[in-house]
Amino acid sequence: MPALLGLLLLLAVSPAPASAGDFLTLAATTSTRDSGLLDHLLPRFQSRTGIEVRVIAVGSGRALELGRRGDVDVILAHDRTAEDRFLAAGHAGLRRDVMWNDFVLIGPASDPARVRDRPGIVEALRAIAEAERPFLSRGDASGTHAAELRCWAAAGIPVAASARGWYRETGSGQGATLHVASQLDSYLLADRATWRSFRSPGTLRILLEGDPLLHNPYGALLVSSARHPRAKEALGRQLVDWLVSPEGQAAIGAFPSTDDPLFHPNVRPSAPQTPSGDDPA
Amino acid sequence: MSDLVDAFATAFRLIVDLDPDLVEIVALSLRVSGAALVLAALLGLPFGAAVGLLRFRGRRALIVLMNAAMGLPPVFVGLVAYMLLSRSGPLGLLELLYTPTAMILAQTALVTPIVAALTRQAVEDLADELDEQLRSLGAGFAQRAGTLLYEGRFTLATTLLAGFGRAIAEVGAVIIVGGNIAHLTRVMTTAIVLETNRGDLPLALGLGIVLVSLAVLVNACAQGVQEVARRVES
Amino acid sequence: MSKAERTSEPGRPTAAVLPLRLEGVSYSAGGHDLLHDLDFVLDAGPRSVILGPNGSGKSLLLRLCDGLIEPTRGRVVWCGPDASRAAEARALVFQRPVLLRRSARANVDYALRLRGVDTGERAQRVAAVLEDTRLGALADRPARRLSGGEQQRLALARAWATEPSVLFLDEPASSLDPGSTRALEDAIRAIQATGTKIVLTTHDLAQAERLADEILFLHGGRLLERAEATRFFDGPETKEAQAFLRGEVD
Repeated sequence: MPALLGLLLLLAVSPAPASAGDFLTLAATTSTRDSGLLDHLLPRFQSRTGIEVRVIAVGSGRALELGRRGDVDVILAHDRTAEDRFLAAGHAGLRRDVMWNDFVLIGPASDPARVRDRPGIVEALRAIAEAERPFLSRGDASGTHAAELRCWAAAGIPVAASARGWYRETGSGQGATLHVASQLDSYLLADRATWRSFRSPGTLRILLEGDPLLHNPYGALLVSSARHPRAKEALGRQLVDWLVSPEGQAAIGAFPSTDDPLFHPNVRPSAPQTPSGDDPA
Repeated sequence: MSDLVDAFATAFRLIVDLDPDLVEIVALSLRVSGAALVLAALLGLPFGAAVGLLRFRGRRALIVLMNAAMGLPPVFVGLVAYMLLSRSGPLGLLELLYTPTAMILAQTALVTPIVAALTRQAVEDLADELDEQLRSLGAGFAQRAGTLLYEGRFTLATTLLAGFGRAIAEVGAVIIVGGNIAHLTRVMTTAIVLETNRGDLPLALGLGIVLVSLAVLVNACAQGVQEVARRVES
Repeated sequence: MSKAERTSEPGRPTAAVLPLRLEGVSYSAGGHDLLHDLDFVLDAGPRSVILGPNGSGKSLLLRLCDGLIEPTRGRVVWCGPDASRAAEARALVFQRPVLLRRSARANVDYALRLRGVDTGERAQRVAAVLEDTRLGALADRPARRLSGGEQQRLALARAWATEPSVLFLDEPASSLDPGSTRALEDAIRAIQATGTKIVLTTHDLAQAERLADEILFLHGGRLLERAEATRFFDGPETKEAQAFLRGEVD
């Protein structure tokens, strides 16, 4: 017993992994971490600036909530509506478009609702609803969830309003929802990056892509230190600036390869996107 | 079936290669849960002993609460800890969110009720047998509590192992207050969640097997120490 | 070190706390009156045996005397010049030996540590008292693995090691075989010879005859008779005592 306690005590007081120098905390959507993009980008940023970036990977809704409490310094999200609300509420003084990719409609290869033949996402969703084939929603206030709800709204089908046997919410991340979908032969909307890096797709396939409604832009938000005094705005600004710099944009476009990137850099010259300009009020 | 085979192969490879990422994650898991256990023992043993020995108004209600707290949901504890440690929370000044320290605190909150409640029971049972003799020998309150804890050392060792098991196996609290940050707050369980989300089930399962093996190893060591101790003294 | 040398040491027993006076002591629990209005004085010297059938309140009475429980009414008063040191000048050996999960030596050592005896002296006193109770060879054995008789002797040794002025013994031989009982009684006589007052309860007539200088006959929570031992056994005055001596169960 004393020996055991001694051992545990030793473990307890052993030094923490060194975190020398400056660091900032980034809340990023799970797709950017799970696809490996951040592992590709952040070491480059750190070697350029010496700033360590600690990543909390959560859905866009949760990421913005962390920002609202001032617990993170930069947010990488893909829910434009929610991002604009965040800006308008003054939690961030700056938002930049960073990159984009797209959502894809995924379902079992057998495609019982025949969505493959449909011209666009609106028609595909109507076909699923008509056939009452299982559709899995993230249901977690993530960017993907928000995009999915926009598509249903465009299709004129009030999924949220009524409980439907074929429409189910997992309340989980993209990976977990893909697992469930592959087990239940369900349709679902997923971001392309997570889908491509997902390792156990089973019989799931991409059934529809390319609709303009499925455009998926990612924005970087700099949490305002005027609103959250302990937010590291100066460090965060360096990250946001780097992400939209030629070096950062080139790095994004080169992952995993320049021929077939998972995320497309925002090639437009980086004009400020905020209603109030670069400087927080 | 082949997934399971893959998982064992992955686990085996991870262990044999001493994969540096794995070593780091295992070390952090042990350090966080070990520290949480030490803190929980420092708090829970004396508190449990005191409740076991003292008679006071509200004691029954307190015992009910202590026993119920053994089943605190980790994710609830994590949320409360997050609210406290958040930059806009009351302890935000400490800048502890997303650090191993925050994880230690959350797990301490999870484990302390287990240690306290089981210690209370053990001490109360021993007190029935020994306390009158100890008082007759002139032992004061602290001496009686200390002696009863020492008398219950074998039971309490199992209690501490149960606490350690709960800490190292939980994911709900550490993922919220730790954030699963690579090389900083990523432990075995949060790594398993991550790999599951990435769809890399063999790696996730492999990590799970390492975690289980670790638990077996820790318990086997503790058992060994106990048996030697039992032979020497008892 | 022999017993004779140690008895010549000054200060053994350590404190003059006797006489012990019980003034109108009653004790009730759970609505039952277990001891009724006890008034008596225990003086230094003679071996006092509290005799009575099971359930007469003997154990309760010893616990009151040892300060483990408080009387419901009345007081237990130590009247000697060193009365303030009464708590450390008394010891109680329970009916069933209560030993700690450690060696025989460590059990005795524990009691001395509680009395604040310093390390060097502790080792000496522990060794001596274990020799005196013929437990020297078993000193390093786990206390709870000793035989019943050895455990009870160890409990006695532990009490004795604290050098009490008064030693209370609660049916110390009730679960022992005849050989162990005799070894225990020898030890009790030896302890008395060093000047320690012995107060012992028993329901065993033979043991009372062997050990008692005086008898306090307890029955139904009342002290019915108190007499010098030979007189009590020759002619008990109350019919309860007469029945008890005849071996009649009431």
